[in-house]
Formats: sequence, C-alpha cells, structure tokens
Amino acid sequence: MSTHSALRVVVLAGGLSHERDVSVRSGRRISEALRNRGVDVDERDMDIDLLPSLIADPPDCIFPMFHGAAGEDGAIRDVLDLLKLPYVGSNPEACRLTYDKPLAKTIVARTGIFTPEMVVLPHEAFRELGAGAVLDAVEKAFGFPLVIKPSKGGSALGVSIVHTAAELPTAMVSCFSYADCAVIERYIAGTEVAVSVIDLGDGPVALPAVEIVPDGEFYDYNARYTAGLTEFFAPARITDDVSQRVAEAALTVHTILGLTGFSRSDFIIDGEGVPQFIEANVAPGMTETSLLPQAIEAAGLDLSEVCLALVNDAIEAHSAQA
Amino acid sequence: MAPPSGESPLGNRLDPHLARYAKRTHGMTASEIRSLFAVASRPEVVSLAGGMPNIAALSMETVSSTVANMLATRGQVALQYGSGNGDQRLREQICEMVGLQGIAPHPDDVIVTVGSQMALDLITRIFCDPGDVIIAEAPSYVGALGVFRAYQVDVEHVAMDEHGLNPEALRETLKTLAAQGKTPKFVYTIPTFHNPAGLSQPQDRRMEILQICQSAGVLIIEDDPYGLLGFDGHIPQAIRSHDSDGVIYLGSFSKTFAAGIRVGWAVAPHGVREKLTLAAESAVLCPPAFSQLTISTYLDTQPWMDQIKIFREVYRERRDATLEALTQYMPEGTTWTHPTGGFYVWVTLPEGMDGTAMLPRAVTARVAYVPGTAFYINGDGRQSIRLSYSFPEPDRIREGVRRLGGVINEELKLMHTFGTLGAARPSVSSQGSTPGPDVV
Repeated sequence: MSTHSALRVVVLAGGLSHERDVSVRSGRRISEALRNRGVDVDERDMDIDLLPSLIADPPDCIFPMFHGAAGEDGAIRDVLDLLKLPYVGSNPEACRLTYDKPLAKTIVARTGIFTPEMVVLPHEAFRELGAGAVLDAVEKAFGFPLVIKPSKGGSALGVSIVHTAAELPTAMVSCFSYADCAVIERYIAGTEVAVSVIDLGDGPVALPAVEIVPDGEFYDYNARYTAGLTEFFAPARITDDVSQRVAEAALTVHTILGLTGFSRSDFIIDGEGVPQFIEANVAPGMTETSLLPQAIEAAGLDLSEVCLALVNDAIEAHSAQA
Repeated sequence: MAPPSGESPLGNRLDPHLARYAKRTHGMTASEIRSLFAVASRPEVVSLAGGMPNIAALSMETVSSTVANMLATRGQVALQYGSGNGDQRLREQICEMVGLQGIAPHPDDVIVTVGSQMALDLITRIFCDPGDVIIAEAPSYVGALGVFRAYQVDVEHVAMDEHGLNPEALRETLKTLAAQGKTPKFVYTIPTFHNPAGLSQPQDRRMEILQICQSAGVLIIEDDPYGLLGFDGHIPQAIRSHDSDGVIYLGSFSKTFAAGIRVGWAVAPHGVREKLTLAAESAVLCPPAFSQLTISTYLDTQPWMDQIKIFREVYRERRDATLEALTQYMPEGTTWTHPTGGFYVWVTLPEGMDGTAMLPRAVTARVAYVPGTAFYINGDGRQSIRLSYSFPEPDRIREGVRRLGGVINEELKLMHTFGTLGAARPSVSSQGSTPGPDVV
C-alpha cells in the first residue's frame, strides 16, 4: 500500500450527542492511524465553522467519526452529499435504517436472521394506554429478564436489564431520558460477540468475531470504556460452524442495510448456537477499548493500513460516481 | 460452547498493567454520567455545572504588568526552586489576608500549597490510614470526597440544616462512632458559602461546632475558599479565629485572584505544619515559585481588595439572575437555597425525582448541572442538583434555568406515567457523577 503524503483528510469527531466523549477518542485514534501513513489529517468538530471551512478548502476525503445523533443518523452525510464531498462509510439512507434499531432489526429479520423479540413503544403509548397495563402485557408475553434500551443511540447509554416488575419503571424512565422511544426486548442468554465488516474495494469481508465477557451483568458504558472491566477474546471462543454462521450473518446485515466501507454488528450466540442480531453500527467505536480495532488486529491487519484503504476506496468510489 | 479446535485464545483486558494497580484505584472507572459532561463544554450548552471563577472580571493588563514587574524584580527567584512551605513574603501577606477573618497566625504557621486541594490531600495523607473515619457535611465538596476516597477513608456524613452543619447531628454521629469504638480523625467543614449547598454557618453555630469538636477531641478542617466573597461585603469570622490548635484552616487564591495560578494555603498548628511541609516536599518539592511571586507582587502592587469587590458584584449579579429564574421557571415542589456569597445554589427537586437519571435529558436540552450524588460518598443526593452561577452571563443563566425548568417538567410527566415518583432508586457510586474541573 503506498504512502500518500499529499492526501488530505478531515476527521469529524465530537459533536453534541451524548457520545461526544467517545467520538473524540475514536476520532483521535483514526487521525493517528492515518498520520502514521503520512496522511495530512485535520480533526474537526461539528460547529458553525465546519461547512464554510470544508467549502473553502475541500479535503480529499472526510472520515466521519461522530457517534450518536447527527453523526450516525445520516444527517452529516446528507450534508456532505450536498457539498459533493467524498467520505468514508455508509450513505445517509443506510445510516438512517441502521441508526433506528427497531427498523434495522425488522429489515434484518426479513432475511431469516434471528433477532430477539421486541416491542417498540414511545412515551405517549405508556401515557395514553397506562404504563401498568402495557408493562404487564410485555411481562406476560416476554417474561423476565427484559432488555430496555433507547430506540436510537449507542454505547449502551440508557440500557438496562430488568429482572423484576419492580425494576421496570425506573428502567423506563432512564431509557426515556435518552430517547423518546423505547425498545423492550426479550433477554437472550448466551455469548456476546461483535463482528466487524470491512470493504477495502474487493467486497465486504467479515473480520474475526470478538467475544465480550464483561465483569458485570452486561456490557454497559463503564465496561466499554474502562480497560480491565471486560475480557475480550479475539477470535471468539465459538465453534468454526458458529463462527461461520455469525460471519455470514454480519455480511448479510452489512449488505441488506446498504452499508459501505465498514460496519460492526452485535450478536448474542444463544444456547443453540444461533446468532441473534442485536444491532449494527455505521460508525463503530475506534477507542483503545473498542471492538473494531481488536477485530482488525485479530485478522492480522494494521489499523493504519485499513483506514488508509477505506479513505482511498471512498475517494475512488466518489470519483467513479462523479 | 466448545472452542473450534486446539487451544482457547487468551482473553485480553486491554491493559497490561491491570494486576499492578493499587486497590484504591478499583473505583476509578469510566462513567456514563461523567461522559455527558463532555458535551457541557460546547458553547451551545448552558453549563451550570462547573464552579469556574469568572476570570473575565480580572484585568489581563493588570495580570500582565504584574508578571512583568515580578520577573523584572524577582525573576531569578521565581524561576528557581523555592522553600517547601512557600515564599516567606507571600506567607506574610497570607497572614494579613486571613486577618480579615479574625485569624492571626505567624507566617511560619502557613504552608503554601498547589491550590487548597493539595493542602487537603496532604492533611488526609498525614492523618488518615485506610479505614480511618472522618466526618463531612452531607452534602460535601466533591474534591474533598475524591481525596478521602483516594486514601480509602471512611466518610461519615452529617446532615445540614438551613444554617449549615447541624450540631445535633454532629453530636449524634460522634456518639454513635464512640459507641463503635471509633474516633474520627477530623471533621471537614466549609462554614462559609458552602460548596455545594450555598449555606453559611452563623457565628453561634460555628462556636457550637467548635465546642463539640473540642469536647470530643476532634480536629476541624475548615475549608474556606469563598470567605471573602460575601455579597454584602461582610466577612464572617473563621472558626480558626477561635482556636489555633484544634483547627486547620485552608484558603485559596483561586476565587480571589485566578484559579489557573494554583496557589492555596493551610494555616496549621506547629506540629501539623512540620509534617505538612515534609509531606509537601515529598509530593512536589516546593510550590511553584513563579505563581507564588506573581501573587505576592499582585498583593503588594495592586488594589486587590477592590478586585475582590468587583468579583463580589459579578457573582451577586449572577446569583440574582439565578434566583429570579428559579422562581420563574421551577415547577411546584422544587426548593433551593439562597446563598449570600460564593458560587452555588443547591436545588432540591420534587419528591422522588432523580437528578442523576435526568441529566441526559438536560444535556439534550442543552443545559448542564451536577447531580447531587456527586456530593455524597454513598450515592445519596439523587433528589438534588447543584447549580453554579459563577461563570455564565446573567442572560445565559436565565436561559439555562428556563431550559432546566422544561426538563424537570418533562421528567415529572414521565415519572407520573411510570409511577416512579417516590420510588426507591438503586444507589450509585458518587465518583462518576461530577465533571472534571475544566468543564464549564
């Protein structure tokens, strides 16, 4: 892979979402990776000066690493499309489908991939129908434990695992503090794995699954971003057969959601060895404790080379489109 | 589930030093709440979170000329190592300053430190072994709780009333501890313009607390960073002014000059000060001479009391804006303190509300505060939040409180829907509930 000393890339990180801190760290790591390959990198936040500077001095490519709303919901990429600027990663439509977790689960389920049963309920549904009655119905249908999560957003913010009816109201309030719509899922016990997919120009390839074993009950914010609180296995301790099934599932998710460049899909391998799709990410974390960099390393690849290849591929795809 | 073939891959916890960390680091984890404060530094957000002094009220020309003057006259000293207990001239000036609060120490009783935070650290270091007990108000200064936690000290909280630390509660706590065979190493208190509660102890309350501690043979750590910032110009007399042996007094230039200069001090009894000096030398060799001489020159050449009057007026204006806005925008059932100095208002939310759980909604609405849990060692304080009015402009404060009112109303609706008003909440660690010192 050649070194492009003249290549100029703007890495977008920060933003105003709840995941700003994680985004800044992801952006910094991507920037370092690209600089290691001689790329001229400018790190920019989402603010009033961003678009004028991109218009006045367009870079060769943009690497969006905003997490959360306006970063992963397709908005910033819509704007980049308006400006006809090349960027790494998925287009706005794919982002919109993926960022909406219940929508993504519905689309993925149609391909035959299993995903935990869910109901999707805005705050108004509880208010108008009565929270007690709705939660009773959920409890009867799914039983405990339940997973409560915001319909949008990442880093497990606002996510709870609920074991009793008494815990439900507090979990719902916590969830609705992050989003207006809640997903209530049947809890699936099993092995948690993340499968990253990268496409360096020759089609999407699934990287080795990374197994996640948090010290606590689930892979929450603390477990994600405190080195030491989670043990990772890359590749995951699953059979070759299961490994292949989950890799195929991740490739299917990547394709069916129209994702480009790179993505990460999260699964629970249930007791029968069946991958259950949880969610997909269009801008997966790139911090020191994140999963995609571990998968790249497990595949024997180099993060800098992968990032540079993603940039080059985005530039070529943009040129071809033009 | 069986591995595919051969040996299982080794797990990786992504930190090769994991087995080497001291036990006291075990609670040092990433925090969902702390991560939200990253957004608070953005200009779109009205941050009522960090207690940042309003440096805009300090003339940069004055600071610049002071530094130039200092370098011209004492530059060789300023750029060299200095004494472990601080510059002699500055210690004399500190004695003059604390005289305003009725304290009359000898300059040798003063130890200059890197902010009063360092003094607090040194005091805890020389007095407390892991498992020792200290007493602190409930709520208490989050930076102090961080120090106590780092030294693995058990903190016993004592309730406050509208006049600060409650003497009856203090007596009860001392009695309970005595029954358990425990003697607290000290009582940590902020008697004037308390952080976070915004309350001040009247003089008779101070005397009562002092007498209780004297009777019990317990040392008092009197933390007083805001003592000169009373809005009516009145300067309360320090507890230390009544007892030079049983009280260690902590002061700071962070609020009366500039926080970035990082100079504070302790006034301590002779035996304590010797140990503090030795502990300080092992920690930092000496406090920064450049900062000390800059302040010393400033105090010698500038009308520093006039500057303090300017600060008082800046903070009074912001306090007024905060209280007016709270009256206008807070829903029924919300109460708050009425500070007569300092930086903070302590807001108690309607019954059953949770300031920690509400923070994501507030950040979405572009307003930030510090949840009350940050100011308790044991996860209490969920129903309260701290608002700092020191930094934003009054109009921004009004807008921030308006947004906060909307957030509380939305949260109330949600809680009514789910019937969680008054519901018990699981306790959380207070460690992750506070922003870093640079978050505004």
